[in-house]
Amino acid sequence: MKPGTPGGLDAVETGPLPSDAPTRTVAPQSATPSDHPSVAALVARFGDAIRRHRVSAGDQTVVWIDPAKNLEVLRWLKDDPTQLYDMMSDVTGVDYGTGTVDVVYQMFSTMHKRALRVRCELPVSALEIDSVAGLWHSADWLEREVYDLFGVTFRGHPDPRRILMPDDYAEGHPLRKDFPLRGRFSRAEQTRRALAQDVERFYTPTDLQHGGPPQEVLASGHGAPGESGGAA
Amino acid sequence: MGQKTLEFAVGRNPEMGVSGRPTASPLAPFDIAEPEFDTQKMLINIGPQHPATHGVLRLVCELDGETVLSVVPHIGFLHSSFEKLGEYRTWNQIVPLTDRMDYLAPLIYNCAYVMSVEKLMGIEVTERCKVVRVICMELDRIFGHLLWLGTTAIDVGAFTPFLYAFQQREKIYTLHEALTGARITTSATRVGGMMADLPTGWIEALVDFLDKFPKTLGEIDHLLTTNQIHIGRTQGIGAISRTDAINYGLTGPNLRATGVDYDVRKDRPYYDYETYDFDVPVGEHGDCYDRYLCRMEEMRQSVRILRQAIARLPGGPINVADPNISLPSKTDCMSDMESMIHHFKLITEGIKAPEGDCYYAVEGSKGELGMYIVAEEGSTKPVRWRVRPPSFVNLSVIAKLAEGHLVSDLIMINASLDIVLGEIDR
Repeated sequence: MKPGTPGGLDAVETGPLPSDAPTRTVAPQSATPSDHPSVAALVARFGDAIRRHRVSAGDQTVVWIDPAKNLEVLRWLKDDPTQLYDMMSDVTGVDYGTGTVDVVYQMFSTMHKRALRVRCELPVSALEIDSVAGLWHSADWLEREVYDLFGVTFRGHPDPRRILMPDDYAEGHPLRKDFPLRGRFSRAEQTRRALAQDVERFYTPTDLQHGGPPQEVLASGHGAPGESGGAA
Repeated sequence: MGQKTLEFAVGRNPEMGVSGRPTASPLAPFDIAEPEFDTQKMLINIGPQHPATHGVLRLVCELDGETVLSVVPHIGFLHSSFEKLGEYRTWNQIVPLTDRMDYLAPLIYNCAYVMSVEKLMGIEVTERCKVVRVICMELDRIFGHLLWLGTTAIDVGAFTPFLYAFQQREKIYTLHEALTGARITTSATRVGGMMADLPTGWIEALVDFLDKFPKTLGEIDHLLTTNQIHIGRTQGIGAISRTDAINYGLTGPNLRATGVDYDVRKDRPYYDYETYDFDVPVGEHGDCYDRYLCRMEEMRQSVRILRQAIARLPGGPINVADPNISLPSKTDCMSDMESMIHHFKLITEGIKAPEGDCYYAVEGSKGELGMYIVAEEGSTKPVRWRVRPPSFVNLSVIAKLAEGHLVSDLIMINASLDIVLGEIDR
């Protein structure tokens, strides 16, 4: 532990600090280049949009792509007859606490029986990426979860609401490293908010609006404290 | 790769349908002209506190009469922030969190998690450990399917299968308790092995269960498979095509009921599953009835795998010998200085992981259960621990499946997806 790092219960309040590991500005290039057939095809077709690739955990291929071109690259991976990644198994996020959040796609081709992991590195100051829910329906809920827990906005998502946390959750996005384990508000404030909830509000026809306007709390800066009348 | 397709040989009903499955005789003529009424759309709320939602799931339905126009599922009522908690725990401390996600098949979750960590760290577990974990996972596949079977039968009005199924589950609970000391929160695995080896007499008890279980399963089969009410309530309900099922990310029996033979045990084999002789049942119509048939057959196949695993269970240690991974025995700790130091280092610091990320999928009872782990060089805790919950992805299809069906069919569709809210909400 670094000197000056809070320990014990204080650490619970502050959350994990940025790690000692060097900032990943330099690509962690793998010693063994991947021989995954999709990687060579991706590099040949998209060139610079394929930032780097490596083998992880022994035999798993990871490809980092340009976040601006994720829709184009993923659509090609889904539709090209030599690739046919028809199953989007998982979409998730990873926050290293070093200023970037990765969006991770786990794909599988039921035709070729191949798996591929594609990652997009986003700066924490501009967490925005195109939605792939139009390509794979499974990405619909998975991207909602990434938005909910990491605060990544998916452009063009059909239903950009929170999914696990309540719609009016005002403490931010829990899986970010800057989010303390106990939440941003005090226990008293959290209890007060829970008791003040109008349960009838959740039984209205607006619940049925797919992709309707995001709720007021989300509209104003993702509910960070101080904004949206958060901490009262 | 073994033979993959399997025809459903029911063979007890002379009125077989064209596809070889029993069909229901029409209960009433359908050509009655319905009078035109001015209808008004109605909004009803099901759950979160409702037994038919199989957990704290809330469904908001828009109805025209009894017909479902649209469904909006609301989840998150059981959110426990397990993935965030995992970032504050060492590798082995996370194990107890995993069995609280799918408490209907906890051993599969225990195994899947440590298998992913071992994959990331490059740990090769012992042969005995592999077979013991296969036994654990197949036993809990039966365990999970039995709960689904009992509760789903109740949803369509059949009470007896519920009692039969839960009687069998009780026996598996007893096996859990003998193996781990707990009935639900098993926490049976550790990185590099198991919490403990199999207790004396456990395999005999398992064999005894395997001898008696297929008979009960056959009885439930008799009660449901050719039952006219059950067929009428499930055939043609909540059907989905192959391409849609893949596009919606369905896995497990829900996907195989449509005819896609994707099974992680066959397509991305782990723990020598390719050497076990078992079939992957696939359906044809992708409706509730085919999902039912797939799960029934999977339980029989699990019994087959379990028998083979018991036959090949090797001796030898169950934990890897590396002192940086496995705890030394208590006797060594008390008598040997070096073992005590290893014990101290492992407890206070934990196991150190290499830099990298790892996605490891196993075939859970609900579908593809993936564990995605990200670690930094030497980290004793995960940077990110992500669970790819099969039920979460499977449930997202419910709005599509239920459209145009009756409210009572919505209950059946929800039940047939086999969800567990513990892993959906995490």
